[in-house]
Amino acid sequence: MSVERMLPTLEADDLIGLVRDIAERELRPRAAAAEEAGEYPRDLVRMLGRVGLLGLPYEEVYGGGAQPYEVYLQVLEELAERWATVALTVSVHSLSCWPLATHGTLEQRKRWLPDLIGGDLLGAYCLSEPQAGSDAAAITTRAARDADGYVLTGTKAWITHGGIADFYTVFARTSDNGSHGISCFLVPADTPGLSYGAPEKKMGLTGSPTTILNLDGARVPLERRIGREGDGFGMALEALNSGRLGIAAIATGLGQAALAAAVEYAREREQFGKPIIDHQGLGFLLADMAAAVESARALYIVAARRRDAAQPFRHQASVAKLVATDNAMRVTTDAVQVLGGAGYTRDHPVERYFREAKVMQIFEGTNQIQRLVISRMLRSGER
Amino acid sequence: MKIVTLVKHVPDATADRTFTADNTTDRAGVDGLLSELDEYAVEEALKVGDAGTDVEIIALTMGPGGAEAAVKKALQMGADSAVHVVDDSLHGSDALATAQVLAAAVTKIGDVDLVLTGMASTDGGMSVVPAMIAEYLGLAHVGFVGELTVSDTAVTARRDDDAASETIEAALPAVVSVTDQINEPRYPSFKGIMAAKKKPVETWTLADLGVDSGAVGLDAALCVVREVTKRPERSAGSVVTDEGDGGTKLAEFLAAQKLI
Repeated sequence: MSVERMLPTLEADDLIGLVRDIAERELRPRAAAAEEAGEYPRDLVRMLGRVGLLGLPYEEVYGGGAQPYEVYLQVLEELAERWATVALTVSVHSLSCWPLATHGTLEQRKRWLPDLIGGDLLGAYCLSEPQAGSDAAAITTRAARDADGYVLTGTKAWITHGGIADFYTVFARTSDNGSHGISCFLVPADTPGLSYGAPEKKMGLTGSPTTILNLDGARVPLERRIGREGDGFGMALEALNSGRLGIAAIATGLGQAALAAAVEYAREREQFGKPIIDHQGLGFLLADMAAAVESARALYIVAARRRDAAQPFRHQASVAKLVATDNAMRVTTDAVQVLGGAGYTRDHPVERYFREAKVMQIFEGTNQIQRLVISRMLRSGER
Repeated sequence: MKIVTLVKHVPDATADRTFTADNTTDRAGVDGLLSELDEYAVEEALKVGDAGTDVEIIALTMGPGGAEAAVKKALQMGADSAVHVVDDSLHGSDALATAQVLAAAVTKIGDVDLVLTGMASTDGGMSVVPAMIAEYLGLAHVGFVGELTVSDTAVTARRDDDAASETIEAALPAVVSVTDQINEPRYPSFKGIMAAKKKPVETWTLADLGVDSGAVGLDAALCVVREVTKRPERSAGSVVTDEGDGGTKLAEFLAAQKLI
């Protein structure tokens, strides 16, 4: 059952049609086996790049798709419905291009952005450190200035695409001036001094590697600093506002997949002489799941429309991320319940959805951080 | 080099197939799309261009309103322009009339070097139209091609069957139908989708082609569909439980079916 969407343009209709076609034919059939084996589908990601899906929200002049967030996020949702790891790849890649696209000089953008969003390259976003997660301003990775540029030393943690990315958008400390002492660097993967930890043994999203990134005296030329010295933390938070919307959309897609699997099962499976969906206890559970998925979708679309209209959207982004990911956790949990014993086995995808949903409540700002953002905005009256 | 690819708009093969009162395909009630087998022809045309030949690719379709969805996909994949032959008189046309109309359209397009088609449509599945078009046009025809090389003056085509492969050369212009083994059709890119909106699509009627409307359509069809019956539901199979004699029971079953 594909989701009925009201898209703003005919080209967006065609884009969603294309994405569905690719997702059904290429992503869905491979997802379960690749997640089980821990195999990253680099070939599929290259294909998505050729099709133009790795630069959708960026300007046409650099080779992007110039799509509003309202459309880009629905593309992410469609991908996530078939394979969350691949949707996350697109979201993280887009996030890692964001500082250059938004804060790079014209010269920097002309030089690097077409390659970054052109589809062949894969990016990673490096903010967290082992001791600096929610408290991101506590990072200690150092970017020491010397005559030619900077020398980066430190450890970044939880790097999606660690070891397989072609470039790393790295936040590092250029002074001890707290959150004002952080700067952003665009670091190519072949820079000497970069090394990676073993992939984390994760509960879900096992199809893509998450690693430590060690920077051991990695030299980065001055021209690869994005924005001014000290502006990095603001850029990181701004990027995360948009990134959170990506996670909200991916969580919605995951919830949609779980709902679809649960409904299909509940219509076929019979107990006490009738399909279990006709037992009110299950029927109402499924109704609540549908309501949870649809409200998540409505929230991220509202936030995206505000972003597209250049209105403040930080509050709405946090609300969308919080609700969409909490709902995804609940919906995937209930999907396992609907399938009963079958749902607890790896013969059905819902146990995987359940494992994949958990991290959505954690990354790109834990849901406790989202509540902090929302409550502080309520306190200050900021909109 | 001017290449015409024939593209057909067909009902989605995954949906239930239904027929109207005159035993023609019901197109109103189902989603339509580009016949998947025609995507291989479009891809092969694009590959000729990718290989360095300067090509102009025209996607040609015949069908009622809505059939332009098929040419749209071809344009999104990279064809340069499209022609849609649409005329109420065409309703119910058989393969012969279809070939006659498409041949007339190829003639009207003019100076065509190569006509590329899928090996069959996914709805009718007759595989005869390409050969018929070649006959109408007086051109060489090579069908069911699994590998194709195109030079300025000729095509070299490999055709595979169960027993052997044969390589055939034909002088251009020619009509070639390709199998689903010949390539892997590309997905349109998002840029291709955007560009397709600006590509020219011409709509021609039978009058534009100089084809007599009395010679086509249901009444003129030599091939008449008398009756359509839904394929019977598959009956439940028999289950062989292995109680130490599973092999014997299987052999008995196969022997009873006269399979061994």
